[in-house]
Amino acid sequence: MTSTFEQLIAANEKIEPRDEMPDEYRKTMIRQIAQHAHSEVIGQQPEGNWITRAPSLRRKAILIAKVQDEAGHGLYLYSAAETLGISRDELNELLHSGKQKYSSIFNYPTLSWADIGAIGWLVDGAAITNQVMLTRTSYGPYSRAMIRICKEESFHQRQGYEIMMTLCDGTEEQKAMAQDALDRWWWPSIMMFGPPDADSTHTEQSMAWGIKLETNDQLRQKFIDMTVPQTEFLGLEIPDPDLKWNDERGHYDFGDIDWDEFWTVVKGNGPCNRERIAHKRKAWDDGAWVREAALAHAAKQHARQKEVA
Amino acid sequence: MSYDVPIIEGEAEVTFGGGAGAFPLWEVFVRASRGLNHVHVGSVHAADADAAMQSARDVYTRRNEGVSVWVVPSSQIHASDPHQKDAWFDGDHPYRHPTFYDIPDEVGHM
Repeated sequence: MTSTFEQLIAANEKIEPRDEMPDEYRKTMIRQIAQHAHSEVIGQQPEGNWITRAPSLRRKAILIAKVQDEAGHGLYLYSAAETLGISRDELNELLHSGKQKYSSIFNYPTLSWADIGAIGWLVDGAAITNQVMLTRTSYGPYSRAMIRICKEESFHQRQGYEIMMTLCDGTEEQKAMAQDALDRWWWPSIMMFGPPDADSTHTEQSMAWGIKLETNDQLRQKFIDMTVPQTEFLGLEIPDPDLKWNDERGHYDFGDIDWDEFWTVVKGNGPCNRERIAHKRKAWDDGAWVREAALAHAAKQHARQKEVA
Repeated sequence: MSYDVPIIEGEAEVTFGGGAGAFPLWEVFVRASRGLNHVHVGSVHAADADAAMQSARDVYTRRNEGVSVWVVPSSQIHASDPHQKDAWFDGDHPYRHPTFYDIPDEVGHM
């Protein structure tokens, strides 16, 4: 006899918080939603780096709105993770102690304004490719958070591409800035989909449980196929000499990815790993008095109301 | 933003015990426009109702998603037991639906 869980998965129905589910499913879901939430939160840092130096008031207002969206996305996702029985404080602690990871892409520095364009266009573009798939994921609260996030993420990608278009229509130096940003962000962006299917240990189980609906390599190919024409429109060049259209496959072929670099960054030795976590911990510690004061205020108000009653 | 962070060899398995965070949890309901019900959209942590309202607005209504917000302490929500689903929501009674009844076409729209 199959369990209710298996019947629901087979019928393509969503799993909801109080349903029975295998421990492994719960653990996988917590891990995936948590690292997704952590990524949104840490993702504020590389972009926040340019808020004070945005080239115009228009760009500044847009960037603030985008960074605020990332915070919001983190909160939708933490709230989804909490429905599985883990607390917000535990999730914070797991991020601060490095026991849970976030996307390695945020361990690269934002060196010029063009990086803000490249992040919106490529990093958010890669994220959307993955997230559109995740709107159909089997865990209800995660799927609902993804639907909300996808609606907002489209603005992120378009504003990034607009920055790139503006730079490419500008002076030679501005166009060179755009090319330099593409050169640095291209490979890390296509690594965001994770290791190749042959080396991805949990893909098979995740697909059986309806958590993932497409494999890392399928999503990566989809992203590359979409991005090449966008790059041609900008008049920029993707830093991959092996990139070319394959008529037979109906897809672009691309060069070998440096997985050693990928694992180095995942294991904590990327350019900004330590800085990102140190900054996050400091913000958390510096905010302790605010949280304490808010709780003290709430307790006082509560006591006063009781007195009146 | 999202991605796939693979498991690193020797990565510690995370254990979790649940338990409440320092700030209580509030469920958030938003009315999209006049004439519609408030609909559950998610939750926020906040010290008190005022702070929960503020946070709910910032987190869930950045793009005119609503004209009204409710917050309710999560601990005050009473829910049906998923294990009792069959007893609570047992089989359909077709005679409760209009299509159960055959009315001749001559009678006209009913």
